[in-house]
Amino acid sequence: MSARETILARLRANRPAGDFPLPEVPTFEPLVGDDLVAEFTERLGKMGGRVERAGSPSDPFAPVRSRLDGAAVIASAVPEFSGNRDLAALAGPTEVNDVDVAVVRARFGVAETGSVLFTQDDLIVNAVAYLAQHLIVLLDPADILVNIQGAYKRPEFGQAAYAVLHTGPSATADIEGVLIHGAQGVRSLTVLLLQRKKQAA
Amino acid sequence: MSADDLTPRQTEDGLHPEVHAPSDESARGPGGERLQHAEAASKPIRADAPREPQPRGAKVRGNRPIDQAEAAERFLAAPMHQKAHDERLWDVRRKRDVAAHGIPEWEELREIASQIKTHTLTHLDHYLEQFEAAAKANGVHVHWAEDGAEHNRIVLDILRKHGATSLVKSKSMLTEECGFRHFMAAHDIDVIETDLGERIQQLDDEEPSHVVMPAVHKTRLDVAEVFARTLGTDPDNDDAHYLAESQRETTRPLILKADAGLTGCNFAIAETGTVVTCTNEGNADLSGNVPPLQIHSIGIEKIIPRVEHLGVFIRLLSRSALGSPITQYTSHFRGLRPGTEMHMVLVDNGRSERLAMEEFWTSLKCIRCGACMNTCPVYRRSGGLSYGATYSGPIGLIIDPTFNKRKYSTLPFSSTMNGSCTNVCPVKINIHEQIFAWRKVLAEEHQIPLLKQGMMKAAGAVLSRPSAYRAAIQTADSALRILPRFAVYNPANTWGKKREMPHAPRQSFHAWYRRNRMKKGSDA
Repeated sequence: MSARETILARLRANRPAGDFPLPEVPTFEPLVGDDLVAEFTERLGKMGGRVERAGSPSDPFAPVRSRLDGAAVIASAVPEFSGNRDLAALAGPTEVNDVDVAVVRARFGVAETGSVLFTQDDLIVNAVAYLAQHLIVLLDPADILVNIQGAYKRPEFGQAAYAVLHTGPSATADIEGVLIHGAQGVRSLTVLLLQRKKQAA
Repeated sequence: MSADDLTPRQTEDGLHPEVHAPSDESARGPGGERLQHAEAASKPIRADAPREPQPRGAKVRGNRPIDQAEAAERFLAAPMHQKAHDERLWDVRRKRDVAAHGIPEWEELREIASQIKTHTLTHLDHYLEQFEAAAKANGVHVHWAEDGAEHNRIVLDILRKHGATSLVKSKSMLTEECGFRHFMAAHDIDVIETDLGERIQQLDDEEPSHVVMPAVHKTRLDVAEVFARTLGTDPDNDDAHYLAESQRETTRPLILKADAGLTGCNFAIAETGTVVTCTNEGNADLSGNVPPLQIHSIGIEKIIPRVEHLGVFIRLLSRSALGSPITQYTSHFRGLRPGTEMHMVLVDNGRSERLAMEEFWTSLKCIRCGACMNTCPVYRRSGGLSYGATYSGPIGLIIDPTFNKRKYSTLPFSSTMNGSCTNVCPVKINIHEQIFAWRKVLAEEHQIPLLKQGMMKAAGAVLSRPSAYRAAIQTADSALRILPRFAVYNPANTWGKKREMPHAPRQSFHAWYRRNRMKKGSDA
């Protein structure tokens, strides 16, 4: 008998007696107020991330300009900004190791936790969200969801090959509880609140 | 504005003022406010010089019973380590309380999480088949392993087929169970841990001492010593930022050139075939997204039916573990990256047998948050390595004997039975009741030392009859008042070690109640 058959047979033979129905999960009241942008901003701040409102239409990237100007290699996965490393043209994920700043767009944000969601399609190269030194995330304020429970009703989790919630930068406090940003992944995460460009019909 | 305030009330002074540091290196927000997400301490905790050698874990001698008390005594004999450890874990426990109290439906969430887990565990054959079908439809290779040895062989086979000789991995208690690193080292596969705490433990050739904070028993001085010896860092520089950065800089090249990446699994979703990992460093994402070959090791009890159930478990996990509303990264691996190969290994390793244990099967609900460890007075004062087992603390006491009844026969006695573990468990495992049940099982199967057996038999006889209990209490209380120290604090009374026995009251509550409240004097 294969391991598969052995394990399944044992699980059937050893099933505990009793009736254990799957509970219905009620929809819980949001723990956040109506101003989702403010809630999102405060909560992401507590997780080590930053939130900036987009600059004027002529220079929406003004709040992160100093970060971008200080970067030698910028990889952009968004049409709003042109970097100097074309993610679509790379042979493999290790080629983003020298990226200083990556610019990506989040599918949505979550006010309860200050999280943003990316899928494989958004990142183009998943590894760029970790190997880059700094991450700039575009988020449409209209895309902020109330809570985690609501987030897990979104279709991305059943469709994307890879989906990930980022809540601030890579962090560790494994040495005496001292909080350090940039453990293995990005050293900073900045969300720039910038409306999505309307798709051409 | 109602964002969770993660700060425990500062009116509480903590446990050990000696380890409160005046200076603070923790990361700050743009406004200069002190941040304390991830596993950060809410205030600086520092075991200062002079350097105190790190107490090592339990002596493991084959199948012989682990002497946890002996290792605990050595931990207690290292006061700086013990105090810093105690302080740090108690701080995390308090952060957990603040986070839990911030959610009105917390108790309801625990109950729902418990019910989802019991339902899934009692229908695990069905959900595993569903998971397998979904994963295969996603283009994933699915493997089944009866035990740790088979898991290791399967992974080695996959690596050999690809000519892979190096593997980066994220923290996984399952692979610790399987002795994965040791096995791979014997087959010339270079395994690199990518979680900072786990990497520290790997470089020091030690097991993780905590399921969430693997190196929590080490001070910065210990880490500086390990890194100086293994990574060539400055032995006199114990700055936490310097040490963490040194690890980042030395691990990054290993991640880039690794042939394969492996992660554990926090939750496996049956309906979508998804593996979910929760990390603060993003190291599971590096392991899963950089090397061309991707492997996920999954304990079969990690299955939950639907994506929507993550809306329950993700809210509970990090709040219970660290007092954070969520980990920095919650990652959902479902399908392939272009041009890569993805494998999932479903591992039993004793779980299907545990399901048959009427009193113990609900321990399979465990989501490895570590809350029971942080709250446990024994764990905080003895360190995870004193248990000499993969799982330490209260959850370890009830899981470890299922792997080896003789070797871990003494562990269920390392508990004060205060029940705090049960109260903080996010999936409502009756941990302290199972600890007690294990004591009975082990006594009946003669797995415990004679002294303890005699004491338990006598205690059982006394506790089962109220009149005998009252007589004994009266005698014991009188005895505690009049006995000389050597009669109370001797090796036969393990509870007299490292602590003072309580002052005996002049009158028991029962006697007081009879005199003051039961005028009729009836002994109902």
